Amino acid sequence: MENLQVSQTEETKIAHSDIFAIALHHRFQWEEAQQSYVILFPEGMVKLHGGAGEVIKRVDGKASVGDIVAELKAAFPDASNIEADIIGMFEMAYGKAWIRKI
Amino acid sequence: MTQTSLGESVVQKEIHKEAQVQAKNNGVAANITHTQPLWLLAEVTYRCPLHCAFCYNPTDYDKHTQNELTTEQWINALRDARKMGAIQLGISGGEPLLRDDIEDIVIEAKKLGYYSNLITSGVGLTEKRIQAFKDGGLDHIQLSMHDITEEINNFITNTKTFELKKKVAAMIKNHGYPMVLNVVIHRYNIGHIKEILEMAEALGADYVELANTQYYGWSLVNRSQLMPLKEQIDEAERITNEFRQKVGNKMKIFFVVPDYFGDRPKKCMNGWGEVFMIVTANGDVLPCHSARVLPNMAFPNVRDSGLEYAWKESPAFNKYRGTDWMKGPCVTCPEKMNDLGGCRCQAFLLTGDAESADPVCSLSPNHHLIEKAIEDSKNPVLASKPIIFRTDKNSKKYVAGDKERVEEFHALP
Repeated sequence: MENLQVSQTEETKIAHSDIFAIALHHRFQWEEAQQSYVILFPEGMVKLHGGAGEVIKRVDGKASVGDIVAELKAAFPDASNIEADIIGMFEMAYGKAWIRKI
Repeated sequence: MTQTSLGESVVQKEIHKEAQVQAKNNGVAANITHTQPLWLLAEVTYRCPLHCAFCYNPTDYDKHTQNELTTEQWINALRDARKMGAIQLGISGGEPLLRDDIEDIVIEAKKLGYYSNLITSGVGLTEKRIQAFKDGGLDHIQLSMHDITEEINNFITNTKTFELKKKVAAMIKNHGYPMVLNVVIHRYNIGHIKEILEMAEALGADYVELANTQYYGWSLVNRSQLMPLKEQIDEAERITNEFRQKVGNKMKIFFVVPDYFGDRPKKCMNGWGEVFMIVTANGDVLPCHSARVLPNMAFPNVRDSGLEYAWKESPAFNKYRGTDWMKGPCVTCPEKMNDLGGCRCQAFLLTGDAESADPVCSLSPNHHLIEKAIEDSKNPVLASKPIIFRTDKNSKKYVAGDKERVEEFHALP
């Protein structure tokens, strides 16, 4: 996933108060055969590695970015710099239009 | 059927980054053991009301129109593939809507957890059927469009379908489906790229695939008449990039680059038997759409064995997996993992040797065949030859063995 290029524009900046949902026509699900979460959309699919899946799993149109950061910090107390990773994941997912802002 | 799934869509780009990393890290063996049929393409029928000159379906498709799989056989195939991890399902053809059981297939696909896509010309899509698809859980519909002009649409498809396509596009939108348009690009519409994109925007398209014709099946027969000039392709790509800037994420545009004008071949199907599995109308299981043109190959059939055998064990799926089959110049090429030697069908169709480098590659000793094809497309005599449309009548001729035309493409002994 780290190879994906996302342009950092004003529009993709993430605030803690932002609330996101999975984009229209996109589906997020666990894939047993791959042992990972995936996002499915027309003609495409993205496999989300552990951390990325943990973030998107919590994107439900209700929880704010701040809520999700707090929840993940509590769930993974040993992970260092987790906040930057989470925000980075939001930036990528939003930049790729896998998620939409509510 | 259109050409989207030939190996260029996003799915593969995203997935494949990973496969490439695996290949680099662990070598060929890892590459082979990590194969998984993520994408199942169900070519449910070869019957089609359109007669597109660029169709890549086999020219002898007529022999597969009388022995189509039953609904039950399709449902079993869907279950089998899902167990192995297949997740994207393309329901294609021919024109899939000529079968009256697509509704049943859609319901089963939903139950199994597929992300399902109906790939259609739009002919046969009614309010009643689209409602049934929506209720059944079909995820999206990909509609083929041909041009902004009625004249070119009707000419290249050899049918009067222009008005119908616009109606169907509206129907798809009204039912809340993402609008995915696929436009096969060739000499007759490449000058209209801007207008085609404007039409797509006006129709509310979410995704547009501009798929430059690749030359298999009927499009190979009509190659000299269909191939645009390099300059036209460059211009089309420039216009596409400009349009992308303008519309941003609202409408995603994919421009599938034609391999004849590249330096290196495409990694066809993302590698033989790596992520794609195709089940054809008569039950043959293939690693790519046109694999049946290859000589001395026996492809498994779902009537005889399960998909797990086909994918994992069948000699056909293992034949061109990885790099063991390669010879020079591919075998020692430092770039061999990038493209896995290109397309086996193209190598065979153009050189007569399925194990040679894809002649698209400038390192191929047969690259002159591509240069000749490009020259031929500029030859006014060849370019003005009548187009051979994809019709049952023409297909019957190929089944009967129109050797003269077939040998034309075996330039080497």
